[in-house]
Amino acid sequence: MPGIYLFFMVQRVNKKIRPIKNQNIQKKADRVFHWLTALSALLILALMIGIFWELLSNSRLAIQKFGFKFLVSEVWNPVTQEFGAASSIYGTLVSTAIALLLAVPLSLAIAVFLVELAPPAISRLVGYAIELLAAIPSIIFGMWGLFVFAPFMAEHIQPGLSKALGFLPLFQGPPMGIGMLTAGVILALMILPFISAVARDVFRMVPAVVKESAYGLGSTTWEVTRKVTISYGLRGLLGAAFLGLGRAIGETMAVTFVIGNDHTISKSLFSPANSIASTLANEFAEASEPLYLSALVKLGLVLFAITILIQIIAQLWLKKIGQSFGGSL
Amino acid sequence: MNAAVNDEPLKILPYGALSPNKKNPNSSTSCEAAAPAAIQPKISTRNLSFYYGNHQALIDNNLDIAPGNVTAIIGPSGCGKSTHIRVYNRIFELYRDQRATGEVILDGENILSPSVDVIELRRKVGMIFQKPTPFPMSIFENVAYGLRLHYKLTKSELAERVEIALKRAALWEEVKDKLHRPGTALSGGQQQRLCIARAIAIEPEVLLMDEPTSAIDPVATAKIEELIESIKSIYTIVIVTHNMQQAARVSDFTAFFYEGKVVEFGPTSQIFTNPSNKQTEDYITGRFG
Amino acid sequence: MIVRSAIPRKLVDFGVKVISSLAALLGITILAWILYEVIKRGAAALNWSFFIHLPTPPGLTGGGVANAILGTLIITLLATLAGVPTGLLAGIYLAEFGQHSRLGSLVRFTSNVMMGIPSIIVGLFIYTLLVLPKHHFSGYAGSAALAVIMLPIVARTTEDMLRLVPNALRESALALGAPRWKTTLQVVFRAAKTGLITGVLLAIARVSGETAPLLFTALNSPYWPTSLNRPTANLTVTIFNYAMSPYTDWQEIAWGASLLIMSAVLVLTVVARVALKEVKK
Repeated sequence: MPGIYLFFMVQRVNKKIRPIKNQNIQKKADRVFHWLTALSALLILALMIGIFWELLSNSRLAIQKFGFKFLVSEVWNPVTQEFGAASSIYGTLVSTAIALLLAVPLSLAIAVFLVELAPPAISRLVGYAIELLAAIPSIIFGMWGLFVFAPFMAEHIQPGLSKALGFLPLFQGPPMGIGMLTAGVILALMILPFISAVARDVFRMVPAVVKESAYGLGSTTWEVTRKVTISYGLRGLLGAAFLGLGRAIGETMAVTFVIGNDHTISKSLFSPANSIASTLANEFAEASEPLYLSALVKLGLVLFAITILIQIIAQLWLKKIGQSFGGSL
Repeated sequence: MNAAVNDEPLKILPYGALSPNKKNPNSSTSCEAAAPAAIQPKISTRNLSFYYGNHQALIDNNLDIAPGNVTAIIGPSGCGKSTHIRVYNRIFELYRDQRATGEVILDGENILSPSVDVIELRRKVGMIFQKPTPFPMSIFENVAYGLRLHYKLTKSELAERVEIALKRAALWEEVKDKLHRPGTALSGGQQQRLCIARAIAIEPEVLLMDEPTSAIDPVATAKIEELIESIKSIYTIVIVTHNMQQAARVSDFTAFFYEGKVVEFGPTSQIFTNPSNKQTEDYITGRFG
Repeated sequence: MIVRSAIPRKLVDFGVKVISSLAALLGITILAWILYEVIKRGAAALNWSFFIHLPTPPGLTGGGVANAILGTLIITLLATLAGVPTGLLAGIYLAEFGQHSRLGSLVRFTSNVMMGIPSIIVGLFIYTLLVLPKHHFSGYAGSAALAVIMLPIVARTTEDMLRLVPNALRESALALGAPRWKTTLQVVFRAAKTGLITGVLLAIARVSGETAPLLFTALNSPYWPTSLNRPTANLTVTIFNYAMSPYTDWQEIAWGASLLIMSAVLVLTVVARVALKEVKK
């Protein structure tokens, strides 16, 4: 009988092997493992606090010397050791605003195309292309911006803008290509993929039944999108815009290549300008005097504070939406 | 072991979980494996309650598991059957908000006591899950995995053990030529037998099976039931099942759970032919669940 | 009741469809335009000496960026060695130990925020931490900056990938009496292997195109990277310096380096994305 055979086999087996008694070692190993992972996790927290602390303590000199006036003064003169961040902050905000103004509607249009219009195969293909655009390093955008896109702007776009909207001071001045407008446009192209990816996901989360019932009432695609999809996903789209904002505001290399790096605030978007990140990238390695260095670190601190604020708002917002959508975002 | 023990299985049953049919010994013919009166239960559960956060899922469970027998736990979905056996190897402790109170005594020791080492406990109490869970390694490595954890073995001993386990799990003939293929490449039924081989390779004393055939086709299910039949003399088996025919086929004792309580417990033949409780009867006859 | 004509509605609908198709077309055009220019101008600059020679002063022909290619490889490798294991461990903590703990959600939130911090800020941080006290730029500092950028990325993708592993697999390993660390490293990691590799590849892709964090850490150098304790040549800062220079032969080399970096990043990204699609299936 197989049962009996098995029984004897088991007896034989039991005689032959004894379990290793190493529970204590395993318990200790588990504890060590747990602590190692927890320490690595804590490292992330520590780095975050460390960044803030280092920036704060290294900008002390500039904080003592200039205080809050730093934020509003337009003077940036390493020779006289006078430093004010106004032009950098202005440039950061304006270039980001241009980027958002262009990228948000474009991204929404792309998302509508991907979700509502394109056949699945084309939607996937275009989706890949947009993802690829997101992967292109910032310095490549810089190279392309400086050598290809800025001349294109100067020759084809800016003259047209001057002609059409030249009565506004925004579009006056010589079309040089390099400047605030070009930086904003390139930023828009860089954040476009991120916003459209989130917008696409938001659109896809609208339940099919909801859309079907809207179509069932005789709505056109646009009406369904505008009245159902967008209002359904409005909060998600806001989160997407915030993510784009966060990216644009700290973008360094692409902006540094094309913004022109000029410490003056100009009314015209055609003029060279600068941003916090571009000032850092251009001047940091040359700064030798302690006060100059400290002023640059303080500039970094301002950028850090702005991005942290945006990120925290965006993350909290997305988390809240994620919960109300069942965590799928 | 003989039929004479049939009128005394109550000794291993708790708190009169079963009583009126005591005088009905001949109702059972499949109970020859039932433990003799003097034998200690392998596992006795005393006042076991279980909580998912604030929700109480088990209420004062008392249950004795006879050694060397198959005990089936049946009941409608959500009645706490799986929850109950997940206490036996303390696997529930993985989840922060789950806790158990009461006692589960295995070989005279309360396994819920913090001094009990879970690694040692889990070597003694193996578990098979609802869905086959082959590890992402070769068939051989899957079975060897547990062996390596608990035993120091030479290469040849290891190979021998793996072979024995696979033979016992009735899988050897099907996989002996492809031991180094990934475990995930097997069919669902084979995967589940691989998991059984993995569990029994480390020589557990108790084998917990949580609906082991619910994700498997009928032919493979029959194979696993045969397998249970062939190994039940070696291990104490507790099987949770949705399928009442399965409980009737493979088990010696059956416990019926309802809303977190052990409603009725007794020899399988008796539970299925002559249940003493109305809810049990309704469930078995298919009136609900 | 007057029936509202459907024609204006249909016209608007048509207009929106045209606009959104054009927007998609614009996205593709920009991608194609960038790829075209970089490949055309970059390929013209690539030759043997580009890969095997040191840079030459402007005016002298025949220089290459061999030192920068090597430097970028070393800096990225070192950053990977530091950032990936720590990131994996932190990810394990988030997925296996800290799912519901307060520390877990704090770290998860911080990682998300940290991924959005401009990379130039990380460069600034490493500068104040490692460069300023030692009074010189170094390859180590460059690697440290890249590692800091990688850490939260690897941690979060690791967490996501480990979460995809069904709990039943963990339970069956633990039910066999495997300790937690063996369960995680031998069973859960194996099950999540493709996903984890993908995450690491994406993180490497992300940092290997970074310039800003290297500007004031590794800086740049015209020499071979013989010691990481000195300013170390690397491709991205070379591109920046050469592109901003007035010499056309340097600008050409910058295009060559751009093609190299872009291909590396895109290949890594595509491989990782394809693998990721497999995982999600």
